[in-house]
Amino acid sequence: MQPPLVEMRGIRKAFPGVVANDGASLELRAGEVHALLGENGAGKTTLMNVLAGLYRPDAGEVLIGGRAVEIRSPGRAIALGIGMVHQRFKLVPGFTVAENVTLGMKEPRFVFHPRSIEDSIGAFARDRGLPVDPRARIRQLSVGEQQRVEIVKALWRGAGILIMDEPTAVLTPREVRELFGVMNRMAAEGKAVVFITHKLSEVMEIADRVTVMRHGRRAATVEKAGTSPVELATLMMGRGHKAPACDVHAGQPGPVVLEALDLEAEGDRGERALRGLTLEIRAGEILGIAGVAGNGQRELAEAIAGLRRVTAGSIRVGGTDVTNAGPARAIDAGVGYIPEDRLGTGLAAGMSVAENLIMKAYRGAELSTGPFLRRGRTVEWSRRLAERFRIKTPSLDTPVSSLSGGNAQRVLLARETASRPKLIVAAHPTRGLDVAATDHIRAILREQRRAGSAVLLISGDLDEIMALSDRIAVLYEGEILGTFPCAGADLERIGLMMGGVRTSGPAREGTTVPSCMRRHGRLRTK
Amino acid sequence: MEMDAVTALLAAAVGAGTPLLYAALGEILCERSGVLNLGVEGMMLVGAVCGFLAAVETKSPGAGVAAAMLAGGALAAVHAFMTVTLRVNQIISGLALALFGTGVSSYLGKHLIGVPLPVTPGPLPIPGLADLPVVGAVLFSRDPLVYASYLLVPTAWFWIHRTRPGLHLRAVGEDPATADAAGVNVYRVRYAGILAGGMLAGLGGAYLSLFYAPCWVENMTAGRGWIALALVIFAVWSPLRALAGAWLFGGIEALGFRIQVLGAVVSPFFLKMLPYLFTIAVLVFFTAWNRRRRIGAPEALGLPYERE
Repeated sequence: MQPPLVEMRGIRKAFPGVVANDGASLELRAGEVHALLGENGAGKTTLMNVLAGLYRPDAGEVLIGGRAVEIRSPGRAIALGIGMVHQRFKLVPGFTVAENVTLGMKEPRFVFHPRSIEDSIGAFARDRGLPVDPRARIRQLSVGEQQRVEIVKALWRGAGILIMDEPTAVLTPREVRELFGVMNRMAAEGKAVVFITHKLSEVMEIADRVTVMRHGRRAATVEKAGTSPVELATLMMGRGHKAPACDVHAGQPGPVVLEALDLEAEGDRGERALRGLTLEIRAGEILGIAGVAGNGQRELAEAIAGLRRVTAGSIRVGGTDVTNAGPARAIDAGVGYIPEDRLGTGLAAGMSVAENLIMKAYRGAELSTGPFLRRGRTVEWSRRLAERFRIKTPSLDTPVSSLSGGNAQRVLLARETASRPKLIVAAHPTRGLDVAATDHIRAILREQRRAGSAVLLISGDLDEIMALSDRIAVLYEGEILGTFPCAGADLERIGLMMGGVRTSGPAREGTTVPSCMRRHGRLRTK
Repeated sequence: MEMDAVTALLAAAVGAGTPLLYAALGEILCERSGVLNLGVEGMMLVGAVCGFLAAVETKSPGAGVAAAMLAGGALAAVHAFMTVTLRVNQIISGLALALFGTGVSSYLGKHLIGVPLPVTPGPLPIPGLADLPVVGAVLFSRDPLVYASYLLVPTAWFWIHRTRPGLHLRAVGEDPATADAAGVNVYRVRYAGILAGGMLAGLGGAYLSLFYAPCWVENMTAGRGWIALALVIFAVWSPLRALAGAWLFGGIEALGFRIQVLGAVVSPFFLKMLPYLFTIAVLVFFTAWNRRRRIGAPEALGLPYERE
């Protein structure tokens, strides 16, 4: 029998404090789409980074076509025909597509003729169903286009083994379909395509074989045809998985806490990110924002937290006008903010757990006297919070950057909810977390609601929105297209709205019905 | 008469701008790789003294130039080892080398003060071109190092923008993690950028001690290394604009001498300030004009790279 195209055996890779892979193995065949399935933290990405030459394994061996190889660097991996599309794209933002594609290649030998290289890359990409403008700069492209550039880059280098790390997370449903088309085509050409995911539906749709990983090693490899989503879920989690149902809230919501009126704001590239957005949230209520990423979610959260200027409209929190008032006044008005970029905006990664926990409360008389911090009290304060929120850390002096994602997020939630905020803006609060941490974070948000906070929940996961929200608002191109009570929400209609279809009919509570047709094209900055 | 004074001033501007140009071109190559080298002043001084010493010993200006480049490169190698291999803060390492270079050049040059250069390289007019009015005198009746700087400017531009090593250089300065994943050896590229920068700074120093002065005086760069650093920003990291900036800053310096001689109203201290003032103006202008992108500085400038 012919040896598999790739064989990884007994791979072990440890990082300080974490063993990501221990005895992991994998076989890939030519001409297959191979799903690598597992919870976050199961070691999928680490294993593939070993194959792509980014990590050197502590133990284990890799065989390509039956021959043992040592993949010491990404350059070596490329030479062996291994290409990887990382979750965070490895593209130079200021470079053109053509420059990115040829970066690191032996060709051109010395002189770089932009024109001829651009033309051949453009044709190469078009032939493979990946149309992209080779002259465009990366920062001008949408996420979907950037992903295409990454695939073109790998294929241009002659990759016969293409690894894609959670490629669908950032794509619209249409782009996902196109991507699956490209993946099937590559497999039909005899390439091996590895598809890292934790979404069962995608595995069942696209994969030929599935390797399920759990706790850093392989749980099983199965043929797609001979398995079922239930079996895969059990392999993945070690237990049954129940679909989340709508969380019906018992109490009546209280007075209006957040009142956002006709908000307009620009995105980082100067595009109109918010276009007359209006919404309100009451005390004791969770409002979930449903929508495909990039429709103004980040700008909305930042505007409320005082981090982004709005160009029109007003924001009131608990009756106080905080429009363009800056973060300090937003905090004083009672806004707690869980940003999507936890280790960047949310926490000071290099500072300790204790320092991060007091970062908001330190001004109060309880923790400081004049300009001096009261050491004993701050320690006690952070110790109490760490206990209450079950933050697992070697010590309170450990830098937050060395905590797991779930524990870092607990630190952030502990800090932001400690002051009993009137409003919590939670952007993707469980993204990238494992099941236990996700459940815990959701429980904290529910508890805050019970305590009378208003919660604005932004999430890319409709299941999460259904699981937590009292009401759901659909955000599309910077506007709320409609608001529905969660109970009895029409999922199909929500899905249509997320895709930009404006359903007519009687205006519901908070619904914006446009009086005229609008442009649907995205603004693009030069 | 009037015309001659202007010609003389322009010629002096090119002369005074040449050491700035070499140092700035070197610093552009270095910073394009993502490494800030604040040690330019020290590397110019070491280049100046070593070049002079070698020229005195061998009686050959060519050997002097080579020695200057080696000396500047040697100091830059220390910077590369510190910042790339040991990942020391680039600002600290650069400042330390600026101070070290100043000190060591004074030490090495102790016995060279007042020593004449055995062979004084004179100008080498280019036949035909040198006879042109004004430009002939300003640009084409110069010494070989000035001519070499004319060639170096487009070469550096072509290297950075139109060659594979240049693509790698820019990528490493913009996004080293991406360049690494694409198979570019980040460390090697940065070492090369820093060494090239140090050698050109040394060459700039040699121009001062072998052609411009020509003699050795303690601390003879008199802050030109810092002006070169400002010039890099003034030029927005472009070799072509660096040429214009170097001659402009050189012109200001030349003007300073002449004003002193004439005993005019403008204080020479005010003129010394002008290059920095221009640089700040450029910073403000570009930042306001193109707020969304950082003014063209390499994105990873100043950041040590370590594979995760």
